[in-house]
Amino acid sequence: MMTTGASTVGIAHNEEVEHPDTVEMQTLGFWLYLMSDLIIFATLFATFAVLGRNYAGGPTGKELFELPYVLGETLLLLFSSVTYGLVMLAVHSGMKKRVLIGLAVTFLLGLGFVSMEINEFHGLIAEGHGPDRSAFLSSFFTLVGTHGTHVSFGLIWMAVMIGQVAVKGLTSPVQSRLMRLSMFWHFLDIIWIGIFSIVYLMGVL
Amino acid sequence: MIQAHIDSTGASRGSLKSYLTGFVLSLILTAVPFALVMSGAWSSSAILGGIFSAGIVQILAHLHYFLHLDTSSAARWNLSALIFTVLIMILFVGGTIWIMNSLHYRMM
Repeated sequence: MMTTGASTVGIAHNEEVEHPDTVEMQTLGFWLYLMSDLIIFATLFATFAVLGRNYAGGPTGKELFELPYVLGETLLLLFSSVTYGLVMLAVHSGMKKRVLIGLAVTFLLGLGFVSMEINEFHGLIAEGHGPDRSAFLSSFFTLVGTHGTHVSFGLIWMAVMIGQVAVKGLTSPVQSRLMRLSMFWHFLDIIWIGIFSIVYLMGVL
Repeated sequence: MIQAHIDSTGASRGSLKSYLTGFVLSLILTAVPFALVMSGAWSSSAILGGIFSAGIVQILAHLHYFLHLDTSSAARWNLSALIFTVLIMILFVGGTIWIMNSLHYRMM
């Protein structure tokens, strides 16, 4: 990681050509951020594990969750993870048009996921099963809502990147940002595996 | 040169094959637990075991095929950070469940 530092000191670099080590350091730094995010989700999962069966006379997961709907959300997120993978392949081959199409498809899949989740939350709250109904629903909305918020911010980031690729092209700073977004996006898909397993599937058992 | 360097970092060395393998594996590992729960064919504890094993294998598949995390030197720091974080998570989640269950038991 640090071995090339001395040999590349002499190479001039402006803002558009980043130091190679910088990319690696940024990748590791972003990874450490993701790990701290993982701790946040761990605390929310722990909270759900403790409170998830305290229904306070209200509805249980078995009564509320529709598994085919959750399966739909899961598939949208999984498809978007793969299309983002294809975006990274296109980035490495320098195919700008394919990168833009891939990002747009990934964005729409992610938007579909967030829309389904908002629709689910809206339905629950409209029926009086909002986060104030029971400890189970409080911890459910906090955990799933935090994930949904992350995905929404990922979508904003993706929209910005579509603009940057279109305007600036695939310069190395743009490439390294696309790579960090790919880490963020795959990370959110991994968190979702935990959510559909522990919250939804175990919730209806 | 920079292109080659970006290729060598942990999170970006993918190929079409790795993404498709990860995709097919994830599809199977998603379909199995959903099918188990929806059909209700097994006992609850067997289904629980199925959900957990499929979930853990799918997380590992995502880490390997999508995030390209392995023991190569480029990804070693990422991997050690992840292992440390998982340790903290186990202490945190396991400890919370243990203490709260114990409290619940003693207050019955």
